[in-house]
Amino acid sequence: MTTSSNLLWLIALPLFSSAILILSGKRANSWGHVLATIVSASSFTIGVVEFFAMHGRSDANRAVTQKIFTWISVGSLNVDASLMLDQLSICFVLLITGVGTLIHVYSISYMSHDHDRRRFFAYLNFFIASMLLLVLGDSYLNLYVGWEGVGLASYLLIGFWNQKPAYATAAKKAFIANRIGDVGLSIAIMIAFATFGDVSFAGIKEHADEASSTQLTAIGLMLLLAACGKSAQFPLQSWLGDAMAGPTPVSALIHAATMVTAGVYLITRSNFIFDEAPIAQLMVLVVGGITLLFGAVIGMAKDDIKKALAASTMSQIGYMILATGLGPIGYAFAIMHLLTHGFFKASMFLGAGSVMHGMKDEVNMRKFGGIGKFMPFTALTFGLGYLAIIGVPPFSGFYSKDKITETAFNAGGIKGIALGMATLLGAVITAFYMTRVVILTFFGNERWGHKDEPAESPALMLIPIGLLSIGSIAAGFIFSKGDGLVNWLQPVVNPLKEHHAEEFLPPIIVSLMTLVAVMIGLTVAILKYRGDQVAQAPEKVSVLVSAARRDLFQDEFNEAAFMRPGQSLIKILLNLDYILIDGLVRSVAATSLSAGVRLRTLQTGYVRSYALMMVIGALALVTTIWVVTA
Amino acid sequence: MSLDNYLYLSAILFTIGAVGVVVRRNAIVVFMCVELMLNAANLTLVTFSRINGTLDGQVIAFFTMVVAACEVVVGLAIIVTIYRSRRSVSVDDASLLKQ
Amino acid sequence: MQPLLTIQGPEAALFWFLAPLSVAAALGMLLVKKAVHSALLLAWVMITLAIFYIAQDAAFLGVVQVIVYTGAVMMLFLFILMLVGVDSSDSLTETITGLRPIAITAAVGLGGLLVSLLGRATLGREPIGLEIANSSGNVEGLAALLFSTYVFPFEVVSALLITAALGAMVLAHHQRTNPRPSQREQAINRFRSGSLAGAAGLPGPGVFARHNAVDVPALLPDGTPAPSSISATLKARGNVLDSGQFQLDNVDTTVVEEK
Repeated sequence: MTTSSNLLWLIALPLFSSAILILSGKRANSWGHVLATIVSASSFTIGVVEFFAMHGRSDANRAVTQKIFTWISVGSLNVDASLMLDQLSICFVLLITGVGTLIHVYSISYMSHDHDRRRFFAYLNFFIASMLLLVLGDSYLNLYVGWEGVGLASYLLIGFWNQKPAYATAAKKAFIANRIGDVGLSIAIMIAFATFGDVSFAGIKEHADEASSTQLTAIGLMLLLAACGKSAQFPLQSWLGDAMAGPTPVSALIHAATMVTAGVYLITRSNFIFDEAPIAQLMVLVVGGITLLFGAVIGMAKDDIKKALAASTMSQIGYMILATGLGPIGYAFAIMHLLTHGFFKASMFLGAGSVMHGMKDEVNMRKFGGIGKFMPFTALTFGLGYLAIIGVPPFSGFYSKDKITETAFNAGGIKGIALGMATLLGAVITAFYMTRVVILTFFGNERWGHKDEPAESPALMLIPIGLLSIGSIAAGFIFSKGDGLVNWLQPVVNPLKEHHAEEFLPPIIVSLMTLVAVMIGLTVAILKYRGDQVAQAPEKVSVLVSAARRDLFQDEFNEAAFMRPGQSLIKILLNLDYILIDGLVRSVAATSLSAGVRLRTLQTGYVRSYALMMVIGALALVTTIWVVTA
Repeated sequence: MSLDNYLYLSAILFTIGAVGVVVRRNAIVVFMCVELMLNAANLTLVTFSRINGTLDGQVIAFFTMVVAACEVVVGLAIIVTIYRSRRSVSVDDASLLKQ
Repeated sequence: MQPLLTIQGPEAALFWFLAPLSVAAALGMLLVKKAVHSALLLAWVMITLAIFYIAQDAAFLGVVQVIVYTGAVMMLFLFILMLVGVDSSDSLTETITGLRPIAITAAVGLGGLLVSLLGRATLGREPIGLEIANSSGNVEGLAALLFSTYVFPFEVVSALLITAALGAMVLAHHQRTNPRPSQREQAINRFRSGSLAGAAGLPGPGVFARHNAVDVPALLPDGTPAPSSISATLKARGNVLDSGQFQLDNVDTTVVEEK
């Protein structure tokens, strides 16, 4: 392991910039955003340099570490604050800083009318710094610091316009759901320490096969819980839709490309644990499968463009999580889909932001329609992203989703068929609702409700979208050419070079099945929404549609299962505290008070009672002498 | 019989004096009970001087008597003064310090 | 070799005769109602104690007990009792609740403990007796001690005596703030007061019965109508006259000089 001294700059630059922007206050209003963008670009530059340096080294030497300081040295727990950059982390570093910088540029224009723009950029930089710390940490504890940091950044950014109570509540909801995941991560770290005596990745990787399968399963399940919280997977998925209350750049950066993928990173990084704990892996598959269908079903009924894209994100991350459960080969495909998804989803979110900018911040797709004529560049880039997500070749999504479907089928037996069918069904539904979004927004009659034509957005907003669309087009091809990404990641996730299991179906058949599925979904959507474009959402709908409109009752379930019992528990505890503990304190006070009141009655004013006191005192004295001299 | 009996007698007299101080209401009778207690103590002193074979006990008893006499003088003068202003010698009447 | 003391038969008989008597006298002092009886009973206790002192080879002390304690102190008590009121007696009911039982319990406990302590104090100690100490006589022996070992307390106690005498004088002194009115002045004050009602001194009881009519109530010496002289039927009918109109003040008291 070679050491490097550049890694700290990756994190320190955005962190300092964030601090400067917060502390300078209004003075920085004129130059704050520029500083933030430059800093983000510098981190990206450092990342690129490191990537090329890494590429030039041989497989065994690719990872670099940097120790910053000795953090905890207590008893047998020794944790250093150090960073590690290996093949897996560099992918994330480039994604975070690259997409992040583009979104910084976008936000300069998108948030230009907001007088809190400086604060926004401070939070964005803070997010970049935390996310980089998350992926660069060399132990679970270091990862945890970054984990918490991105949770905080998400809270701050979702609730950025906290004048609206609904937005502040959405931020709180996101934070609380994340917190539940954080508990999982804490417990996993504790169990890991108890099992291995060490919390660093390298240390645990070495000794992973020495632990019992119960311990590994426990760690794995807790890590899965953490991933569910951060990546909005079932059962902690309810916060992602509400998180759209934040500004669109936030949704693009955090809730499409980076933070929600932290769960995938965690599971991939912990591959040495999951590979030894088959039960945990099975749970990963189940969670991924459920979520991918859950998100897809919700996405079909959403009229808010951002919420539809959020549901799509939930579903795509379900794909990634499902891929991570498929064993050593699955991790690489999960990361591939993660990277391609980062490109096309971010570009679609930014495109949605551009549409909203042109439609005076309207988000209801039923009030869009026919915008393609007036915003051609936005429509084009959004369309490219759309083609990528539904998996049309040769766009990027085709390569990554296809590989996942193939690997799912190859898992063998009932499990393989079930997973494969789930992914195919997901493909159908994804095609359906994404087509619906595109048709409702860009095609058809104009249902705006006003006469002002939407104008194309300014250049600063369009350039980042354009650059990201290049990614949507080409990324998949580049990653899978010659198994490029798989080979790149192999030392990290598949050191024993396990081959995949027997091929269930030849890959070409799988691709054809996927394409057929996509065509089905696409056709149904076109047929349904070509003419049927109602400005108001229809009221008489089937049970499924009304359920999907209400997010498959996820909020009601959470309320009934957790919120109300939690609140009554709190009431009980409050009462206990008041009666028992405060009662104890109050009874002490009451006792001393009543003792005082009773003792006061001794002061009768009568000389004789005082004389009696003296006699009793003499009695006590004599008793003492009697006892002592016995 | 041994000399201890004198000691027991003095203890009994002392006890009776103590009860009297607490129970009686007339100030002069209370005072007399105090005198009884002093006398009981004197008896103890004299008996012990006899047991020890020295005259120290008697000397101290002598001093006690002198002091008791002074005390009686001053105490009764006080009682008379109180009687002049309040027309009563009951100790219960002096209960202004009641809470 | 110290000669051990053995108590002779006569002394034992004396003790067993007088001791119960003294205890009974003390209890009586506690229980009798009249204070004078208490004083006399206490005097008896003191004489008993004097006899005990003499029996215990403390002759000087016994005589001093009789002279000073019984003679002077108890007589002083009796004088003060006479000043306060010979008949003054306490009611035997207790005003402070629970005082009596607690007091008796505490005192009995105290007594028991004292008895036990005193018994323990003489455990293993043989009485020596005052034969040797009194070899040149009790008074000489006392004097030898008094003016050698205890000379300083002796001086202090004498100072105490003087102080006590002074204190008594100060307490008993009654200084008038204004000069005592003479007879003449007292008579003038009587006639110059608001009404002549008190000129000849306060009347005896029943003097103000000016009428024996049924409808006029008789007056008590302080001027209020006596309730027993008011007829109930007349009062119900409203026929009772106010006896205030017959007060002396309303009577014309101007003196007409007789030529």
